[in-house]
Amino acid sequence: MKTFEITGKKDTRSGFGAGLLEAGKNDENVVALCADLVGSLKMQDFINEFPDRFFQTGIAEANMIGMSAGLTIGGKVPFAGTFANFATGRVYDQIRQTVAYSGKNVKIAASHAGLTLGEDGATHQILEDIGLMKMLPGMVVINPCDYNQTKAATIAVAKHKGPVYLRFGRPSVPIFTPENQEFEIGKAIHLNEGTDVTIVATGHLVWKAIEAGHELAKEGISVDLINIHTIKPLDSEAILKSVAKTGAIVTCEEHNIHGGLGESVAQVLATNNPTPQEFVAVKDSFGESGTPDQLMDKYGLGTVDVVNAVKKVIARK
Amino acid sequence: MADIQKLQAITSQVRRDIIRMVNAVNSGHPGGSLGCAELFVALYNEVMDYDPANFKMDGKNEDMFFLSQGHISPVWYSVLAHSGHFPPNELATFRKLNSRLQGHPTTHEGLPGIRIASGSLGQGLSVAIGAAQAKKLNDDHKTVYCLMGDGEQQEGQVWEALMYAPHNKIDNLIAIVDYNNAQIDGAVDDVLSLGNLKSKYESFGWDVLEMNGNDFEEVLAVLAQAKSALGNQKPIMIIMTTIMGNGVDFMMGTNGWHGKAPSDEQTTVALAQNPETLGDY
Repeated sequence: MKTFEITGKKDTRSGFGAGLLEAGKNDENVVALCADLVGSLKMQDFINEFPDRFFQTGIAEANMIGMSAGLTIGGKVPFAGTFANFATGRVYDQIRQTVAYSGKNVKIAASHAGLTLGEDGATHQILEDIGLMKMLPGMVVINPCDYNQTKAATIAVAKHKGPVYLRFGRPSVPIFTPENQEFEIGKAIHLNEGTDVTIVATGHLVWKAIEAGHELAKEGISVDLINIHTIKPLDSEAILKSVAKTGAIVTCEEHNIHGGLGESVAQVLATNNPTPQEFVAVKDSFGESGTPDQLMDKYGLGTVDVVNAVKKVIARK
Repeated sequence: MADIQKLQAITSQVRRDIIRMVNAVNSGHPGGSLGCAELFVALYNEVMDYDPANFKMDGKNEDMFFLSQGHISPVWYSVLAHSGHFPPNELATFRKLNSRLQGHPTTHEGLPGIRIASGSLGQGLSVAIGAAQAKKLNDDHKTVYCLMGDGEQQEGQVWEALMYAPHNKIDNLIAIVDYNNAQIDGAVDDVLSLGNLKSKYESFGWDVLEMNGNDFEEVLAVLAQAKSALGNQKPIMIIMTTIMGNGVDFMMGTNGWHGKAPSDEQTTVALAQNPETLGDY
């Protein structure tokens, strides 16, 4: 198992803030909106640099989404930022009608996704957002894994034409992907060559999967590891190529087992190459208050859960 | 000076189109469409500056119109066709399979004149505000118009947008609410009263005008007054009183024709009240 050097620890939302600033410098049409969460979304640097290109909507997410759609009509590239919960479930119909169905170039920037939002509890910990967004025709869904990848994803998303859901998180997590990397939407990143099992992980679970890969290597299990930052469009070629070699797969995500990455992968496998699959995901429940680490452990998203899922799926081969 | 007789002649044809379109597919929303016919005819023939033969999504250096209550699509489609956005014969495809004239307006099929999907209510004013903000950023001094329904004012998002526009001095926007006091389940006053709408808008910081939407002279005068008030650091709202079903006697004064198509016999009666002026599609 390849070793990945940790070059620092930061929150992925800071990667978004840095990427937004750079996207703003790259293109004067990039604008940003926020519903009273500027600090949480790390948008202040963009606002300082481009005060006329920022729109504070107040706690009014529906209006923010509609305004974003309107801004695209005049050629703007709006990033609408709030917590993932309020960026999806609260405004699903607005996104559906004025963004997705209308084919507008809106970028939904969703922070504090999943359990790792932590102490605020289940009201704010959305675990259904990937499902909601991936069901919308034409919507691109991206969940990067660390600071560097989130920054690169943000810059790439600004250049992409069409609606995008960009999901990132609150806690400080290891940085292990390269600085100033090229980010190709829809292209999986092959992290480790292995033969016994495929692990496909997204977001915060990519690092857990790397940790699990090292644990499994000690027991002689060879992991083929894929960092799949884009859930839609899914890089099915990379997945099929890997399972052709390993014959078993584990999907890992900070999301409900329904509607997430695992389900998308299962669809690809069922229609192309039926393969035993195990799911590291929240088992159809809400979260609760706690620290991010406590919650990841309690809800089955820890390193040990990835290890156990791998052993289980290998036994099913 | 506008030729009111000419506008009335166009309106007569628009009313015929509305009746014939909804009758042909036995579905659609004739009541609100008929009530707003004068407004659409005035906007597209006298008030707005746009290039129908060369429709551009970005509408740069053109006036833009957004319809928030997408269900009155028949009146919009008819006026878009007669103003040169697409051939009037295409009105025959309304609500049929493989048509660009969907039940509710959409950009999805690429119909010229439409810049956003609408139908799920309460969303149009937000979109119009965004488009108005983009015009300001682009140093484009043209105007954004947005029409909403009165029943639609019951949607919470409308009030988010109503709060945003004055706070942010969106003064290149003219919003209009079709106050016909009728929605599907009955009179707006009975279903969920809007109270004193004028004082509500004013207290939010809007510059509020009122007009009878079925009187061309008044529509043109008040729209001119609204235009002259642009650029004054305040958004403009026109409360437009109309009669649902206006121009077809048996449809007037009831909410019964909100979303119901006339039978063939009723269509004959309705068409007899609105002579053919530009040629039926």
